[in-house]
Amino acid sequence: MAEQPETQHPGATPGRLRRVSILGEDGRRGSDPEFDRYLEAVTPEDLKAAYRSMLTVRRFDDEATALQRQGKLALWVPSRGQEAAQIGSARAMLPQDYVFPSYREHALAYERGVDLADMMRVFRGFSGGGWDPRAHNFHLYTFVLAAQIPHAVGYAMGQRLDARLGTGHGPAEGEQPPSTIVYFGDGSSTEGEAHEAMVFAASYDAPVLFFVQNNQWAISVPFSTQSRLPLAERAAGYGFEGIRVDGNDLLAVQAVTAYALEKIRRGEGPVLIEAETYRLGAHTTADDPTKYRTREEEQGWTAKDPLVRLEKHLRLEGVEDAFFEEAAEAAQEYGRGVREAVLAMEPPQFKGYFDTIYAEANALVDQERAWFEQYEAGFEDAAQEDTR
Amino acid sequence: MSTHQVENLPIAKALNAAMDDALAADPSVLMMGEDIGTLGGVFRVTQGLKETHGADRVMDTPLGEAGIVGTAIGLAMRGYRPVCEIQFDGFVYPSFNQITSQLAKIRFRSDGRIDLPVVIRIPYGGNIGSIEHHSESPEALFAHTAGLRVMTPSNAQDAYSMLREAIASPDPVIFLEPKRRYWLKGDVDRSAASTDTQRAQVVREGRDLTLAAYGSLVPVALAAAEAAREDGRSVEVVDLRSISPLDVATVEASVNKTGRLVVTHEAPTFGGMGGELAAEIGERCFYSLEAPVIRVGGYHMPYPVAGVEEDYLPNIDRLLEAFDRSLSH
Repeated sequence: MAEQPETQHPGATPGRLRRVSILGEDGRRGSDPEFDRYLEAVTPEDLKAAYRSMLTVRRFDDEATALQRQGKLALWVPSRGQEAAQIGSARAMLPQDYVFPSYREHALAYERGVDLADMMRVFRGFSGGGWDPRAHNFHLYTFVLAAQIPHAVGYAMGQRLDARLGTGHGPAEGEQPPSTIVYFGDGSSTEGEAHEAMVFAASYDAPVLFFVQNNQWAISVPFSTQSRLPLAERAAGYGFEGIRVDGNDLLAVQAVTAYALEKIRRGEGPVLIEAETYRLGAHTTADDPTKYRTREEEQGWTAKDPLVRLEKHLRLEGVEDAFFEEAAEAAQEYGRGVREAVLAMEPPQFKGYFDTIYAEANALVDQERAWFEQYEAGFEDAAQEDTR
Repeated sequence: MSTHQVENLPIAKALNAAMDDALAADPSVLMMGEDIGTLGGVFRVTQGLKETHGADRVMDTPLGEAGIVGTAIGLAMRGYRPVCEIQFDGFVYPSFNQITSQLAKIRFRSDGRIDLPVVIRIPYGGNIGSIEHHSESPEALFAHTAGLRVMTPSNAQDAYSMLREAIASPDPVIFLEPKRRYWLKGDVDRSAASTDTQRAQVVREGRDLTLAAYGSLVPVALAAAEAAREDGRSVEVVDLRSISPLDVATVEASVNKTGRLVVTHEAPTFGGMGGELAAEIGERCFYSLEAPVIRVGGYHMPYPVAGVEEDYLPNIDRLLEAFDRSLSH
């Protein structure tokens, strides 16, 4: 076996930021003098709801992997292990916030109200986007890494301009001002667009939260190849605040996100949060992690599984078996629903795609559409001839 | 300002007037780019716009083309109509990913739910004696990308009307400005009925041969047609105006009349718009053509140093030579 790459660069420095952590691996809740107050409104029912979401998406994720193995999906991108980072941050948002995901944010999509069966249309090869972004204030997946980061910054610049120019898109009386949250990974953090986006965000005081899920691996390339420093440290270079958080700790993620969004709404953004987590599964169903990472490393992170950790916490808090059984059943049900939806999916009509390239009439598209229709009609004529 | 008078303006001022009027007419229109505000752009095309419309709407951006186009996409999603300036043709490539993979495709990806009314203005083309990356003609790269419209004016009136229409379009437009013609003057009527910018225009009528050109080479084409007249040859000149979509029908009608086509552009001939037009005309006018379609363009060579650019660029003599070849059939 080839030498295993290190996840830490030999020249790595720890940086000056502490890693915010509230929920221990044993499920015990610690306290954080700075961030505890952002959890004051979080009730036991909220935590149970978060657990239900995490479990549901975990089940969905397994179902999607199975569907890919059975040839029903072209590809699947597992999110296993990153549920706390996504659901914890999502639960700190407001409906008027606009979210730009990368492409592994299934838990985030679920929490924003996207029907994950719609998402399956993308991976089934039946839709480019899958859902209506404006219905959920949740943009489409972007498969070219980091390209969505400047989009989010531009969107946030627009939110700020709305208020300054009085365009009428701004918040209603008494409504909290909206913010934008963009998700990307440790690999994407290297792309030039991530850098340019952060410069633009800083220059225009854009109300944007950069949320990096550092899952340690960019397919087969370890974090040590992307950075010597925790990514949260980079924020200082742009002149805004960076926060490191245990990304498998639902409470810590929710607290720091709530803090960051409150600050951003006051006009004191942007903020960058680095949630340190781990992709427990493969990069995609076409990937083989045994070629680049050790079983020991995977086992170490399995012990930090965010779902297990939250379950431990809830049990320590006295939540009974009945709740977990009911939650598991509901998750199963959701997974079954997605499976049935996938199996029932019909491919779209090719011809319709001529209509979505441009909003305006376009001579070339019209010409090609007309040719295609004529060509198709030729087959129909031939078929009629045959049946005669 | 009265809009019912005809003004004699250079192309740069006509473009400026178009942006000024668009900013005044629609509060969602924004300008963004490097040095476009306080300085008024390196060619002064945006001069005065920041003073008139404010720094929020005429933004001097940080120096990053991917950032400019990427944030423009986000602004458009939020309901704005950004007009981006890329300072020079050769500087557009850092934003190529944003233009070709995002700007061009988001409408398609979203099943038509998201329109991106973004204009990317790019001064393009050579003959200004500049250093590397300041004289290129990248139109074919963008024309090859579905989801983008590509257009280029050749005179002041078109500069005004086409830019107004580009800004009003719900689709992304690559708006190529023939920088060596920025100071070419012409009459501009700001109230003129909006032109159909997807249509080519016959700018000189003729019987013997059709010459298709666009942007900076339209004046060269007209001069070549005039020179040919002295040799007793009647050349029809078509200004294509829209690069994508190409108005093949107008060229087709002309070639059905003349039987011959020469097409010219500064961009390299290989893989260029001339080849596309030649193929279309070959299919449509097979029985009208008296000669093969001839392309007169740049060579398959990176744009050369300014000291030899005269040899690279299509000029009157090269066009006359092409007429000779065409008419020898």
